[in-house]
Amino acid sequence: MSYLDQTLHLFPETVLAVAGTLIMVLSPTVKNARWLGRIALFALVLALFGSHVSYHHGEYMGSAFDGLVTNDAFAILFRQLFIIVAALAVLSSFDYLKREGIETGEYYALILFSVVGQGLMACSTDLVMIFIGLEISSISTYILTGYRRHDARGIEAALKYFLLGSFATGFLLYGIALVYGATGSTNLAAIRAAIPQANGPLVAMGAALMFVGMAFKVSGAPFQVWTPDVYQGAPTPVTAFMSAAPKAAAFAMFLRVFLTGLTPAAGYFWLLWGCAVLSMFVGNLGALMQSNIKRMLAYSSIAHAGYVLAAFTTRSAMGGAAAIFYLAVYSVTNVGAFLVVAHLAGKDESTVAISDYRGLGKRHPVLAACFTIFLLSLLGVPLTGGFFGKFYIVTSAVAAGLPGLAIITMINSAIGAYYYLRVVVTMYMEDAESPAATPAVPASGTLVLIFTVIGVFALGVFPTMVLEWASQAADILK
Amino acid sequence: MDAVLFFLFAGIALAGAINLIRESHPIYSALSLVAVMGALAGLYLMLGAEFIAVVQIIVYAGAIMVLFVFVLMLVNAAPEVKLDRSKMAKNVGPPLLTLLLVEIVAVLRGKYPTSDLVHPSLLSGDNTRQIGKLLFSKFLLPFEVTSILILVAIMGAVVLGKRRPDDSR
Repeated sequence: MSYLDQTLHLFPETVLAVAGTLIMVLSPTVKNARWLGRIALFALVLALFGSHVSYHHGEYMGSAFDGLVTNDAFAILFRQLFIIVAALAVLSSFDYLKREGIETGEYYALILFSVVGQGLMACSTDLVMIFIGLEISSISTYILTGYRRHDARGIEAALKYFLLGSFATGFLLYGIALVYGATGSTNLAAIRAAIPQANGPLVAMGAALMFVGMAFKVSGAPFQVWTPDVYQGAPTPVTAFMSAAPKAAAFAMFLRVFLTGLTPAAGYFWLLWGCAVLSMFVGNLGALMQSNIKRMLAYSSIAHAGYVLAAFTTRSAMGGAAAIFYLAVYSVTNVGAFLVVAHLAGKDESTVAISDYRGLGKRHPVLAACFTIFLLSLLGVPLTGGFFGKFYIVTSAVAAGLPGLAIITMINSAIGAYYYLRVVVTMYMEDAESPAATPAVPASGTLVLIFTVIGVFALGVFPTMVLEWASQAADILK
Repeated sequence: MDAVLFFLFAGIALAGAINLIRESHPIYSALSLVAVMGALAGLYLMLGAEFIAVVQIIVYAGAIMVLFVFVLMLVNAAPEVKLDRSKMAKNVGPPLLTLLLVEIVAVLRGKYPTSDLVHPSLLSGDNTRQIGKLLFSKFLLPFEVTSILILVAIMGAVVLGKRRPDDSR
């Protein structure tokens, strides 16, 4: 296979990397940064289209570059998810960045590069490539977190995220080194083949260290401490982006490494189980006590990481499919919810307390209705995507003979109802004493809202389409 | 002889690392880090990893540390102000760390002789040539993609460090 053919296996990443570089080069000369955002949007659409074509025509599928990367259903599903999330984040950034006075071309370039890294994480079958993809994605996200340089909270969030993230990366890298030492390879399939003859304790120690690094990246408890501060301090469109794309990418890496690479070292079952249960409780109980909507959604995202980890704990094809489906639902819903928050945040993010949402139902009925739909989907109410997401997780846990885990998941959903519905009640039942001005939703924001609301309902009414794809993707991991 | 050299280098590395956190002045910390890097290079040499040892000296002990020290001199860094540290980290940290270390040593020493620890294919020697070959054949893609990583890091430094038009107020 020629290098051109092999590069076309990575068509979306190539397009996005080229566009990111182009934006970076153009940004000193283009006065209106919104044009650079439009280039980014165009590149994202092109990448989405390219991966769609390659999937449905079977061209450029399979592995390339000596088995370092592979273009399979799993990679393409996740890639398309990242691209859609990034496009929604770019669209909703237009007005936010203008309001905050931080609209520059580099912002859009960093989002594109971040997606390049995430795409590589999803399609790599070699620990070296996975690690480089993770670093590209993480470093772009650290920078985006600190984009509001004039705000002390933004800088604090970026610094915290950077220091703790680097520390977690160290764990991951040490784990990779130990596993490589024990098995003699960084290729996931080769590692799996070599594990029966390899030194058991060394593999187990490597797997444990990798587990710590990855659990940090998906903000699973007890490695979740950074999440609320970082989600609160980051610019809200960036929070929307990073609560979905980098998190889903980290789960893609987690699933692929642990299900394809390390399966025979089955000692990590209780590790997964404990992390899942702890994340659910820490996330949901933490969210109960928040008065800031961004922090509340941050804690809820820890809880959602717990639900996905619960599906992961089953280590069955069904559980894998449930995890992937849940990630898709959660990403679309969470991006929508954070985008409503971004729109209502006001200059310098001054109105992000839950009490600022009083009377929103009267002031802006459409926005309040959309926000309610997202919150209900996060809660898992029928007709929304969140319902089937939770339903499949619970069924897969029961099918795998883990009724305890299924019950804990349902208890946690019930706890979640309290704080999600509290926001809905605040919006419709309470009146603001001095209502803040509610700005009209711009065209780009309307587009995002329409897309996410349709997405939530489509996944809730016709889940089979995505679910079948997710099952196909999960089968590949075995 | 091997054992003597090993304990010498390992001792220097550990002492340097401990001193690095203990010192309150950044310059002393940076210089301790140089000692750690040098001692690690010695350990790599003993393992037959000449390439890594040389890279360790040139890149870490050389380029990066010079940059560190240079920046510290430029900003005229003063001794750090000790803040109240987290009680939990102080009280729970050391016991947990000791537990982890004891566990690692017990697992690796008790059951397994050191020669079996590493996969045999990794002990073939001749590794400088191997690295050169692999870097431009099998690992060409990671090699190229790393440039994106570096580009992102450079862009981050510029974005976060540059003066904005309205910063002057």
